[in-house]
Amino acid sequence: MKPPAFDYIRAAHLDEALGALHASGGDARILAGGQSLMPMLNMRLTRPAVLIDIMRLDALAQPRLEKGALVVPAGVRQAALLDRATLVDEVPLLAQALPWVGHAQTRARGTPCGSVAHADPSAETPLCLLALEGEVRLRSRKRARVVKSVDFFTGMMVTARAEDEMVEAIALPLRRPGTGYAFAEVARRHGDYAIVACAATVDSRRIRLAVGGVADRPTARDLPLLDGSALDDALNAFAWDLGAGEDVHATARYRRDLVRHLGRQVIKEALRCRN
Amino acid sequence: MPKLSAASRHSVSFTVNGVARSVEVESRTLLTDALRHGLGMTGTHVGCEHGVCGSCTVAIDGTMARACLTLAVAAEGCDIRTVEGLGLGPGRLGVLQAAFKRHHALQCGFCTAGILMSLDTYLRRHPDPSREELTLVIGGHLCRCTGYAPIVAAALDAAAELRGAQKHPEETAHA
Repeated sequence: MKPPAFDYIRAAHLDEALGALHASGGDARILAGGQSLMPMLNMRLTRPAVLIDIMRLDALAQPRLEKGALVVPAGVRQAALLDRATLVDEVPLLAQALPWVGHAQTRARGTPCGSVAHADPSAETPLCLLALEGEVRLRSRKRARVVKSVDFFTGMMVTARAEDEMVEAIALPLRRPGTGYAFAEVARRHGDYAIVACAATVDSRRIRLAVGGVADRPTARDLPLLDGSALDDALNAFAWDLGAGEDVHATARYRRDLVRHLGRQVIKEALRCRN
Repeated sequence: MPKLSAASRHSVSFTVNGVARSVEVESRTLLTDALRHGLGMTGTHVGCEHGVCGSCTVAIDGTMARACLTLAVAAEGCDIRTVEGLGLGPGRLGVLQAAFKRHHALQCGFCTAGILMSLDTYLRRHPDPSREELTLVIGGHLCRCTGYAPIVAAALDAAAELRGAQKHPEETAHA
């Protein structure tokens, strides 16, 4: 279908975008790469009065390193991040997961911040942000604030972002020595949303496993350094606690099975590459 | 800060296949419809209209893009290439198109325009691609006729020809 009618604002400065967001009284959406929002508009699942295009803002165009984190502003496209030669050393988990985000054609336009703002429970970028305990940087006309990833995702495509705020950037903690990172997912076709996606980080103290596609939001659990049947038991408990549902793609039982198997796989891989 | 009202039509300008064009659109008009209805360039096809099937794929500023997920007004000032730009002239196929013909890489042809644009864009940046890389690029398209194998074969063949590794006699259109 075609999108419903809206006013379109091409912001030339961040202040203009934030002012327009404030003035709209909650009836505006930020348009970045459009790879999540445009399908929603075409299917008329959302009907904003105003779209605010932020892709011409130089201030949001470049990733940067800052206090132990890779900061990715809202105008950075997924493909640009994948092309960043140092990404695999800086944030190896994201380097592993990004090729699973859509296809080359959508990664050329889509943005990591857009994925986070959209907050699909199966999406890879929110999962990585949560696994790494990253931050979401929000800004409104009046204030800027930082929300921890664990507090940002509050439900199925629902986040802690207020209506007059935009996701200005995400901050992904840089690789730490002695920590291993691994990602895996199962989908019907490469590029589809995951049926289940798992991301693990393992250091000398703990295992952190994040799971997407099962609960209504990406969900993480910290475990001690277990192995053998103790790890199996912990994964089984996590799989049940996620409250898997059944849909056209998979049964609840299959999803629990994927959590157990993919969970073990990514933990094993993260342990292997820990150094 | 330009604000384009939902209630009126707006002129948007960009280049299409190297030619400066302007078209009157609503703020909500998709790039697919601006090309097809506004400019009469119907080579870009409309399939699913939510970014999945790939038949509307064009190149925007040298990168692949779903035209159905792009607002025409957001393409202001951009460099757009469409399947109409691939031919060498009237009735003369480009290298990639000719390879598709030789390898029977299309049957109904509905998906072909999008696949050609993805491959053309990819080959410009990656002149010596592996079969696996091409499979991933074509993975962003749905083709229900060919089973994809002839498409990959045509793309490998065209890449080799574009690198100067082999020559095919230029093919002419059927009379």
